[in-house]
Amino acid sequence: MVHAGDVGLVTAAREVFSETLTLTSGRTLAGFELITETYGRLNTQRSNAVLICHALSGNHHAAGRYDLSDPKPGWWDLHIGPGKAIDTNRFFVVSLNNLGGCDGSSGPNTMNSDTELPWGPDFPQVSVSDWVTTQVMLADRLGIDSWAAVIGGSLGGMQALHWAVHYPERVRNCVALAAAPKLTAQNIAFNEIARQAILSDPDWLSGHYQRETVTPTRGLSLARMVGHLTYMSADGMSDRFGRDTRTPSDTIDSEETVFQVESYLRYQGKQFSTRFDANTYLLMTKALDRFDIAADFNDSLNDAMAVTTSRMLIIAFSSDWRFSPARSQELVDALLASGRPVSYAEIETDAGHDAFLLDEPYYTGLFTAWMQQVVI
Amino acid sequence: MRYDLTQIESWIPEGSRVLDLGCGDGAFLSRLQETRRVQGMGLELDPENLIAATQRGVDIVQQDMDQGLSNFPKSSFEIVVLAHALQVLHRPDKVLQDMVRIGREAIVTFPNFGHWRCRLHLGLTGRMPVSKDLPYHWYDTPNIHFCTVKDFEALCADLNIEIIDRDIVSGPTTALFKQWLPNLFGSTAIFRIKACD
Repeated sequence: MVHAGDVGLVTAAREVFSETLTLTSGRTLAGFELITETYGRLNTQRSNAVLICHALSGNHHAAGRYDLSDPKPGWWDLHIGPGKAIDTNRFFVVSLNNLGGCDGSSGPNTMNSDTELPWGPDFPQVSVSDWVTTQVMLADRLGIDSWAAVIGGSLGGMQALHWAVHYPERVRNCVALAAAPKLTAQNIAFNEIARQAILSDPDWLSGHYQRETVTPTRGLSLARMVGHLTYMSADGMSDRFGRDTRTPSDTIDSEETVFQVESYLRYQGKQFSTRFDANTYLLMTKALDRFDIAADFNDSLNDAMAVTTSRMLIIAFSSDWRFSPARSQELVDALLASGRPVSYAEIETDAGHDAFLLDEPYYTGLFTAWMQQVVI
Repeated sequence: MRYDLTQIESWIPEGSRVLDLGCGDGAFLSRLQETRRVQGMGLELDPENLIAATQRGVDIVQQDMDQGLSNFPKSSFEIVVLAHALQVLHRPDKVLQDMVRIGREAIVTFPNFGHWRCRLHLGLTGRMPVSKDLPYHWYDTPNIHFCTVKDFEALCADLNIEIIDRDIVSGPTTALFKQWLPNLFGSTAIFRIKACD
């Protein structure tokens, strides 16, 4: 059944862009497609639109269900819906699968019309800047001159920041959750381990696995296990799994897991490997690694933040060691240095980086209160 | 409204940028945004206060003053306010120096520990004062750095901070006396200060 506070049943839409897109790398795409979902209604002034930018493994399905029997709603259903932080009674919410993704938008697992084969590893590397370029084209198509808010967590927060810096006149409010101005060496190292896990899978086939109708599931699964581990905190894992064990069998089995945490990670990896594309994983992690909001401003974060004009909300999570609160504070300090208005909170939680996806009273309360002040 | 806040309000220039350190639920900043059309920003630690201030449309940053305010640039605000929070700081002297660096002016209010009631209580009972306004015991109080009007003025002199204006609040019966003996009859001290040129 549909609960109060739920957006209910939703359907995805396909936006086809036939114009040639020149990417930051210099490569071009002769047209592309984006899969989108929207929740709520666009008002007559077209002033209540909110853009949701997804993170590494996210997609356009941010809220609601396609069918009442769907076991799970969209990935950010906790915060999108009537009366929720991103209140669909007030806002018209737009969510999309980014270019290069694997959930329907043009990407490595879609057809290259020139070759009539899946793009695979030949799909061009895209950047956060390219994503925002395509999101601008989407906004133009929807007739949205300026977003009431652009919102994202993690890699999504980086897109929101890129919007605020490069299209200040089109962003009235910007929310960056569990984000950072750029990645640290440690962040890049974790992404590289994940990529190597994929590249070392015998079914990787230099990225052309789709042509051979195989999938590098072991590599992808291992990549996700590494990634997932970094999204959790040590305390959170201790609370959840401790050293709890599973019932051992009486045979020697090298595949057998002893501890619950092993079984959990394997499950997460396996699930992910059945729904995600390995080439997209490489593309997304590389886009993440290369992001640097200050790059176009002579590496001055202050100068980058100085050109923003939107109201800003930055939220960090205490146990997030992937993008720690110190990284969010760099953004806050740069905004303060430029005399820009900003609100900042560090949410006490043991949920780690993934906390931005969850419902914690302080986080939800502050996010909701801040969004209620968004003028439409 | 608390008297010290009324006095602060009268010292806030129209349309100025105001930083309120320990802004609580943001009610005061929200009022200043209406009455003085200030561009306000608050600093707080308590989550409930951060939510309450945000509900009032006040920009608020979660930060611990005791960890320093070096991330706020010099002269980035016209006025920096510290209302009834001086006594809870670990190093009030450092925060005062930051305040006059960040703001062209700063306004500080604090309970005057030189007030005659405090002196009488300590003098007669030999115990630390506990009152309606200061309900804590010495061991559980968040107020770890009480000072008197004279102490504060001496600190300002040491820190090369200029006192622009001063107002001492007292009860109605002692209002006449506070002009001559503010440190004895003033219960709340309100100082307007800035860095010496």
